Amino acid sequence: MSYLSIFIAAIFVNNIVLSQFLGICPFLGVSKKTSTALGMGLAVMFVMTLSSIVTYLIYHNFIIKYGLEFMTTVVFILVIASLVQIVEIILRKVSPALYQALGIFLPLITTNCAVLGIALLTVQKNMGLTQSIAYSLANAMGFTLAIVLFAGMRERLAKSKLPQALQGTPIALITAGLLSMAFMGFSGVGN
Amino acid sequence: MKKQQDKKDSLIKMTLALTLITVVSALILGYTYEITKKPIAEAENRAELAAIEAVIGTDYDNNPYQDKMLIPTKHGKEKLELYPARKNGKITSFAMKTFSNQGFGGKIELIVGFNINGRILNYQILSSKETPGLGSKISENKFKSQFKGFVARTSSFKVTKDGGDIDGVTAATISSRAVIDAINRAYGAYKKLNRGENKNEQKH
Amino acid sequence: MNKNISIENLTRGIIKENPTLVMLLGMCPTLGVSTSAENGLGMGLATLFVLILSNFGISVLKNLIPEGVRIPCYIIVIASFVTVIEMLMAAWFPALYKSLGIYIPLIVVNCIILGRAEAFASKNNAFQSVLDAIGMGIGFTLSLTVLGSIREILGAGSFFGISLFGEEAKTILLFIMPPGAFLALSFMIIMFNKIRGVK
Repeated sequence: MSYLSIFIAAIFVNNIVLSQFLGICPFLGVSKKTSTALGMGLAVMFVMTLSSIVTYLIYHNFIIKYGLEFMTTVVFILVIASLVQIVEIILRKVSPALYQALGIFLPLITTNCAVLGIALLTVQKNMGLTQSIAYSLANAMGFTLAIVLFAGMRERLAKSKLPQALQGTPIALITAGLLSMAFMGFSGVGN
Repeated sequence: MKKQQDKKDSLIKMTLALTLITVVSALILGYTYEITKKPIAEAENRAELAAIEAVIGTDYDNNPYQDKMLIPTKHGKEKLELYPARKNGKITSFAMKTFSNQGFGGKIELIVGFNINGRILNYQILSSKETPGLGSKISENKFKSQFKGFVARTSSFKVTKDGGDIDGVTAATISSRAVIDAINRAYGAYKKLNRGENKNEQKH
Repeated sequence: MNKNISIENLTRGIIKENPTLVMLLGMCPTLGVSTSAENGLGMGLATLFVLILSNFGISVLKNLIPEGVRIPCYIIVIASFVTVIEMLMAAWFPALYKSLGIYIPLIVVNCIILGRAEAFASKNNAFQSVLDAIGMGIGFTLSLTVLGSIREILGAGSFFGISLFGEEAKTILLFIMPPGAFLALSFMIIMFNKIRGVK
């Protein structure tokens, strides 16, 4: 599989949020404004790519070596949680500006199932290091695209009058459904 | 001074608690792993045998799954699993696990059975992301039954749109082509293996 | 008095604070595996078991865990129980295990579990925590099974794998595809709000 097709497949055809349903919590929770949605997307991109590198190295140099495959989930979630903490500390010291932009999203990422999900999927699919990096970067870009588009739609919706029963979550879910339908148009692309 | 002492204490306590919980968790998981190892292997064996049975029947006296071998594809990039079915020690038919990346929704994985002459017996979709109701019909008998007796990689082993004899699933030509692509991949690998073996025999 | 609290803890999760339909927790598995009633039920029960074990474990251990490393400890406890359930399912329910796929290890990051650990189990005794877990687990299982049933009946024309309208029936395929998950859940929340009497 070429790298281009990894990117097309992950961003459009099998979008991580809209067709694989990973990372729904931040997708619904942090999508009221485009600017915060973009911040969240970038933070996820950063952590997801980094965590896929670290989990890859740990899995192949430690877990497999000692036959500890049954500890994979425990080790991965701990790695991701500590990684998020370390990134937060480093970011605060090195780049306060970036920390201000992304800082508040970082703690939320630990429980973003997209990060753990992608780490587990790269292992399950037996990918090499560069392939896993490309795969997780592509999926994170798919996440960012979906959440920014979704936030844009919600900003518009906030200004319109809605029937009472639809207000809040129901209309958000319907909007997400329509967005997911639009992305279905991409299926078959890349053949 | 006292505050510092407290901090140190709690740091030790924290590390201790984390380590302790991790160790206990590892022990519990190790134990569960030990007791479930055999049932998991057995369940896997049963599922694989059921899939093999579905494509080549039950007319053999070995365990094709346990006798599996890995053979390289035509281009030698990937390896496919081949399950030989033997009767009285002689291979009568075989099943192969294969895949195609050309499905409408991405990768399609399937298992295909051949008789010893390389004619297709049957196939079964193992995993696919084809559109439900359209592309997913590649797993229905109406489409599947056409494959019986075909020799892969011949001019008639194509969908009718491409000038062959297989009626593609309506409105799902891409999925239909992907099945043929997957079976061709398996057959190509088998042919390559055969040629290789013959060469080896000639050398001897 | 005491009995009332127990009943309250047990039933709270089913309607009043239903984790899926009211608190909107655990959305990923809710949308991801609800393509059929069976998958919904299976996922719900797996989560229910993990929730009971983790609520029990954490309420027992709560006095031994220092405040500062509370969350990492909870995560280890939860991840261990999830892996135990995962291995048991692979051994004895291989078909269900295969169809739920990646969503089983992802129970670890299901916000319901960490949420209940933090909000309830870390403050209450083991018995009440188990009651809370059972209630929340049942609430989650019910929502998932109903959502799975709706999607399966409309999208595939069957219920728990039993065909309802015959082989050739035209079904609304959209409902077993990803967009259908969002739409079905949205309508379910609207109906649930009406029934609960929220404006």
